[in-house]
Amino acid sequence: MSAVGAPSSVKFTHALRAEWIKLRSLRSTWLTLVCLFVVGIGISLLATSAAGAQYSDATAAERAAWDPTGSSLTSYIVAQLIVGVIGILVVTSEYATGEMQTSVMTSPRRYRLLAAKVVTVTAVAAIAGQSLMFAAFGGGQAVLAAHGAPRATLGDPGVLSAVVGGGVYLTAVALLAVTLGVITRATAGALAILVGIIFVIPGFAGLFPSWVQFLLDYWPTQGAATVMTTMPDADFPYPWLNLGGMCLGVGTLLVAAFVLFRRRDV
Amino acid sequence: MIRSMTTIDVRGLTKRYGPDTVVDDVSFTVEPGQVTGFLGPNGAGKSTILKMITGLAAPTRGSVTIGRRRYRDLPVPLTEVGALLDAGAVHGSRTAYQHLLALAASNGLARHRVDDVLTRAGMESVAGKRIGGFSLGMRQRLGIAAALLGEPKVLVFDEPVNGLDPEGIRWVRRLMRSLAGEGRAVLFSSHLMSEMAQTADHLVVIGRGRLIADTTVDEFVRSGGEETVLVRTSDPHFFAPRLVEAGGAVRDRYATSMVVSGMTPDEIGALAAHHDIVLSELTPQHASLEDVFMEMTRENIDYHGTVA
Ligand SMILES: Nc1ncnc2c1ncn2[C@@H]1O[C@H](COP(=O)(O)OP(=O)(O)OP(=O)(O)O)[C@@H](O)[C@H]1O
Ligand SMILES: [Mg+2]
Repeated sequence: MSAVGAPSSVKFTHALRAEWIKLRSLRSTWLTLVCLFVVGIGISLLATSAAGAQYSDATAAERAAWDPTGSSLTSYIVAQLIVGVIGILVVTSEYATGEMQTSVMTSPRRYRLLAAKVVTVTAVAAIAGQSLMFAAFGGGQAVLAAHGAPRATLGDPGVLSAVVGGGVYLTAVALLAVTLGVITRATAGALAILVGIIFVIPGFAGLFPSWVQFLLDYWPTQGAATVMTTMPDADFPYPWLNLGGMCLGVGTLLVAAFVLFRRRDV
Repeated sequence: MIRSMTTIDVRGLTKRYGPDTVVDDVSFTVEPGQVTGFLGPNGAGKSTILKMITGLAAPTRGSVTIGRRRYRDLPVPLTEVGALLDAGAVHGSRTAYQHLLALAASNGLARHRVDDVLTRAGMESVAGKRIGGFSLGMRQRLGIAAALLGEPKVLVFDEPVNGLDPEGIRWVRRLMRSLAGEGRAVLFSSHLMSEMAQTADHLVVIGRGRLIADTTVDEFVRSGGEETVLVRTSDPHFFAPRLVEAGGAVRDRYATSMVVSGMTPDEIGALAAHHDIVLSELTPQHASLEDVFMEMTRENIDYHGTVA
């Protein structure tokens, strides 16, 4: 060891530690996470409260399709955007401030640098996403119980899978956001594309030629999101397959992001 | 003294941005143990070359090695090269301490190095403050502190004194001299000629992406033509013709002074005594670094200013 305490060569764990220090030392990280939980749980409480209030007047058909798990997890719709912002900012805030130059200079092995960012975001998104989904589920079920509507427990068939699936879904969106950040190198651009993917494109789904229709089976807010329901959906009998497809798509984009990140000047 | 010496080797370096060749076949070496000044007019390509040295930009052709290794192959980059290219390239929401801590962690450096460099840069009192509130000069100091984290053998600074107060400028000058004195290789760019003249041992001058000069400062200044002598006397109009007769050339003749070339101060003094002329000043003058630089780069300036 030298006087500066340096190792004989830099390892992945060093890059990882640096990324974690960078992420945790930004106030915006914590604000965004607080926002994620406040908004996420808030929406879950509102959604289940509305559903619970309607239950007593519901028709038999509506009662048959009653999905207490699904309605408590609807907060994913907004949560995915907030998680996406975290993923985008990890990359684009460095481009916006010029910090990326410093990062690349201290970690010139660019695959290692980006991998450290990806792992950090994945860990944060997975922990935050899973916690949020469990909290939203618990809070939502408590609200339903208060309304006297049937509620679910984690032990019921398909419930744990739906809640955990929601966390995985949010993590995948965070990763998607990282790739968009790398590809566009601009916060506004990455966010616009993320909103397009999540909200806009599904709205035009009917206009797509049939050969791209299959993509919708794995599209974030389409097929992949059915993992968060417990009622069987005739279109998506195996929702984890759809979520897996989405992860595969994100993985492909991630490969493209690594290649671009390696090749481009900073 | 540091144990091993390291040089920066720039060989046939070329960089194209689209159709523009902004760095064109540049080769030079930055030696350890001295300060190398990097000069060139705006847009000459200095920052681009520094980016290629530090692995931020990829050369279109040619190579840069640091101790015979490419930057990205350095096992612990911060212990080999410390660089400050853009003092603004930091996230303003972090504190100075957090910023340096992340840099140290990325290379596995000991945490105490952060305190060491904060002290060396005179920034202990603002360590816990957000960088966003820093003045340009404080950011510059932070960037220099970051460059020193790994006690690197090579230092690269792009306009390090930009924005510094006189005390800061003197600090940077002494720092660079002492880093070179410890056997490190120091390369820095600046547009301040007096700063260059006082700090650098060696000069690399580029213009429009091409190498113009690679020489010692003394050598460079001497190449700028003959030495002149400032002569002050009550009646230059009488003395000037005598000087010309003796083989000198006279220019810039004013009421009480003139500039003489082609004669040494001794010769001029003897000539004055011979004619019973009283001289109130007899000062040898060298072309300044600025004069020579302006002369050398005249044809290589992209952005000319005009005085309206
Ligand atoms: N990313 C880029 N894309 C296109 N052109 C670029 C890029 N970076 C630099 N240039 C061009 O390359 C040339 C050299 O720029 P560079 O910043 O290296 O000059 P410089 O010598 O550092 O100038 P200054 O003294 O003003 O800092 C300029 O004409 C600049 O416009
Ligand atoms: Mg420059």
